[in-house]
Amino acid sequence: MAEPMRIRAQVQGSGAVVRVLMNHEMETGQRKDPNGRTIPAWHITDVTATLNGKTVLTAEWGPAVSRNPFLQFTLKNAKAGDKVAISWKDTRGDTRTDEATVA
Amino acid sequence: MQTRRAALKQGLAAAGVAGAGGLFAAAPAHAFNKSAFQATSVQDAVKALGGSGALAESKDVSLQGPEIAENGAVVPLVGASPLPGIKLLAFMVEKNPNTLSAAFHVTDAVEANFSTRVKMAETSPVYAVAIAADGKAYFAKKEIKVTLGGCGG
Repeated sequence: MAEPMRIRAQVQGSGAVVRVLMNHEMETGQRKDPNGRTIPAWHITDVTATLNGKTVLTAEWGPAVSRNPFLQFTLKNAKAGDKVAISWKDTRGDTRTDEATVA
Repeated sequence: MQTRRAALKQGLAAAGVAGAGGLFAAAPAHAFNKSAFQATSVQDAVKALGGSGALAESKDVSLQGPEIAENGAVVPLVGASPLPGIKLLAFMVEKNPNTLSAAFHVTDAVEANFSTRVKMAETSPVYAVAIAADGKAYFAKKEIKVTLGGCGG
């Protein structure tokens, strides 16, 4: 199972800025191992963000997103105490969900 | 003996698991769009993402990134658009093996303003593309020089 994400959600004006740092290899499928065999692609494909259980953002990622991906987005209406949850799914079908509270 | 409270707790936990499982099932329309990520030109990628009509360069889309990226494996990008009715914002790197890097589906609850980091194989124009609800696509372009490619070889 994958390592936990680091999520920080900070109030800014009437909304909140959410920063997420995920732990993932994001293997492109372009690299070769020392024996010349292609290392199969293994990357996050779907990212979902929810605010208090309601989906506010979905994203699709290709292998060109960097290793240990960083994501920042801005919620228009969020207040301290709101719950932000981030989920991702990768090409192997693994998923991970982590939650943070807006502060 | 199982108290009422314990039974309630168990029920809640089960509901939580079901809820998490349903997260992706609830949004099948935005499941990973394979054809878009296999596109090898900006035009094709925009088309696969649901954009129609011609691409137009627009001052209302902004793209920030470094002039020179020393390490192509980690190129920080910020894309934003204040235009109303933007439903999708995507980062594209023209000379990567596959053009599309990431696509964000915008809802009313978030601003069309995203930062992430992408890999770049070589020096290339980078695009932030915003697709409006009516299918019109607007973009901002920036040439980013790469001294060390990020796709390995």
